[in-house]
Amino acid sequence: MTRLSKRSFVQLAGGCSFAVLALLAGCSKEEKTTTTTAPAGTTTTTTTTTATTSMAASAPAAPATGPLKVAFAYVGPVGDGGWTFAHDNARKALEKELGARIQTTFVEKVPEAADAERVFRDMASQGNKLIFGTTFGYMEPMLKVAADLPDVKFEHATGYKQAPNMRTYDSRTYEGAYMVGIIAGAMTKTNTLGVVGSVPIPEVVRNINSFTMGAQSVNPNVKTKVIWINEWINPPKEGDAAQALINGGADVLMQNTDSSAVLQTAGKAGKYAFGWDSDMTAYAPNAHLASAVINWAPYYIKATREALDGSWKGGGHTWWGVKEGAIDIVSISEKVPADVKAKVDVVKAGLKDGSFVIWKGPIASNDGKEMLAAGTNADDKFMSGINFFVKGVEGKVPGGDKK
Amino acid sequence: MDQLALLVAATLNSGTVLALAGLGLLINERAGIVNLGAEGMMLVAAVAGFATAVHTGNEALAFGAGAAAGAVLAAAFGVLVIWLNTNQYATGLALSLFGAGLSAFVGIRYTQEKLGEQRSFSIPGLADLPFVGPALFRQHPMVYLAIAATIAIAWFLYRSRAGLVLRAVGESPESAHALGYPVRRIRLAAVVFGGALCGVAGAYVSVVHTHLWVEGMIAGKGWIALALTTFATWRPARVLLGAYLFGGVTMLQLQLQARQGCSDDFFWGALCRAMQLSSEFLTMLPYLATILVLVLISRNASFIRINMPASIGKPFFPG
Repeated sequence: MTRLSKRSFVQLAGGCSFAVLALLAGCSKEEKTTTTTAPAGTTTTTTTTTATTSMAASAPAAPATGPLKVAFAYVGPVGDGGWTFAHDNARKALEKELGARIQTTFVEKVPEAADAERVFRDMASQGNKLIFGTTFGYMEPMLKVAADLPDVKFEHATGYKQAPNMRTYDSRTYEGAYMVGIIAGAMTKTNTLGVVGSVPIPEVVRNINSFTMGAQSVNPNVKTKVIWINEWINPPKEGDAAQALINGGADVLMQNTDSSAVLQTAGKAGKYAFGWDSDMTAYAPNAHLASAVINWAPYYIKATREALDGSWKGGGHTWWGVKEGAIDIVSISEKVPADVKAKVDVVKAGLKDGSFVIWKGPIASNDGKEMLAAGTNADDKFMSGINFFVKGVEGKVPGGDKK
Repeated sequence: MDQLALLVAATLNSGTVLALAGLGLLINERAGIVNLGAEGMMLVAAVAGFATAVHTGNEALAFGAGAAAGAVLAAAFGVLVIWLNTNQYATGLALSLFGAGLSAFVGIRYTQEKLGEQRSFSIPGLADLPFVGPALFRQHPMVYLAIAATIAIAWFLYRSRAGLVLRAVGESPESAHALGYPVRRIRLAAVVFGGALCGVAGAYVSVVHTHLWVEGMIAGKGWIALALTTFATWRPARVLLGAYLFGGVTMLQLQLQARQGCSDDFFWGALCRAMQLSSEFLTMLPYLATILVLVLISRNASFIRINMPASIGKPFFPG
């Protein structure tokens, strides 16, 4: 009997230690980066005032001179080399810019579901006063948490719902899509382009359309094939979808997913593709034609400055593009002819000074309906509700029939 | 026809991962052990294989590292469930979570790494045949090895004495024990072998299929392989069939999306028109089709009873 109980104790211990190990491994992902706290006196007076007003509702014990705590919730791992990587680079730039006045933390791989709500609450309870959520799916959870915690400032990327203490921001990624589209249109031999789409929401549809319009500006005969994988990041599936596009005759690919799998599949098949969100040259130097990148740093610095000096206001939407330095095209390959590069430069300059507009009528959908009348420029409301494909894109947007 | 050949080629490529992992799990379960940690083992193997490929540039070594990583994790699992008799399901789940965390931790510095350009393979002579060449004979060697492994495992289980002993251990460990077979050691060997095969599958995903490492990149393939083993009623050939079916329908739905024009082509046009459906539905299709077919072929209840290892998931206490 004693022997048996001893044994069952060992079993229990074994099972438990495994579980504890697993938990440890799970926790280790919540990494924290912290800038060293500044010596007293370096913080400016403006910081002190904001800190006191915002702290008034919560713990009075917290020293008013402490740095502003800023938290980021990411949908993917910081090492995805794409979307989340770009956000994290901007976070690092923000730390560098504002130094000891702030303290940033991040949590990666926060699912776009109810779990996000828990993470936001957790961040707020740890004293973070400015919280950035960097994916569309955080919209509802963030709205809910924002209503409960009026003294915390919320910033939501790519969404459209605001609150008195929550506002939204986005990048005009379609400007990057248009610019790489110009290169795609010039480089295709089969006149068939392929796009691996993630989830059929207006943002992604707009990028596919803009990519096609960019290509058509130099090559009116191009058509674009689209495959949806209904996920933001799933490298094997992204690669399979890219292969299916290549099998279907596409020779220049673009993706609106978060890893470099499409580019690498193109490299394997001897076709061309682009980097998206971050510079992806190194993943497949021979296949890489250019990278459309997002630089979130200007916005993060502006928003955090506002939170520091008290001018931060909730509600409202900020949508930055090439003009504000938020979108760029980088690492254009030597394979791209000089005249094509020059065309890209002209468009970039035009976007910068506002003289060039991508979404300018007439624009027709691919079933022949006029969506934008000749001579009119699309406003942001039109831009944020695009659920049709332009002429030249094959197929129809899933669920695009119902309004 | 070209399209069809490319579809077959892509199917073989994407089904191989599931086939290898499914075969490994089949050996486990034939010995009476369910290892729910497949996903975690595959993730750790994927990063181990990728890291080895980055440092040595040698694919064979990468597969070896993947197999070793899978085997080590499986051995730890085996000791816990076989000697310490912890609950197989709970321990397997813990292994799965542990593997996901460990691979993410180890993999941090490999997310930005890249491998050199990939070689393309072809079997001389056969690869140039019309249709069958591009469809069947331009695959990575591991694709053929997976088929060979299926045959070898089927032969081992049903034609060899050692296979008979393994099945006896899975059916009635008490009887095998009474006959003098070292039940625990045989089970551990089966678990380690299964882990090694899952490891090879994991390494295939990162080293051959995608050529990169991203956290969580196995994306549920381990769980699908587990389900596949059960739906295939623990028969090697059916595991292979199910894996190709799943891979095939996955690729088919992607290709259908790419040809939304619905051409006049007899095969594709008809299929495409019959399925002008939402991409969400198409994404669901591989799961649906695989379950449907495997349930249909094994709808005979007595057949399942015959094939299902009787002691599966149950702990064994010798004397």
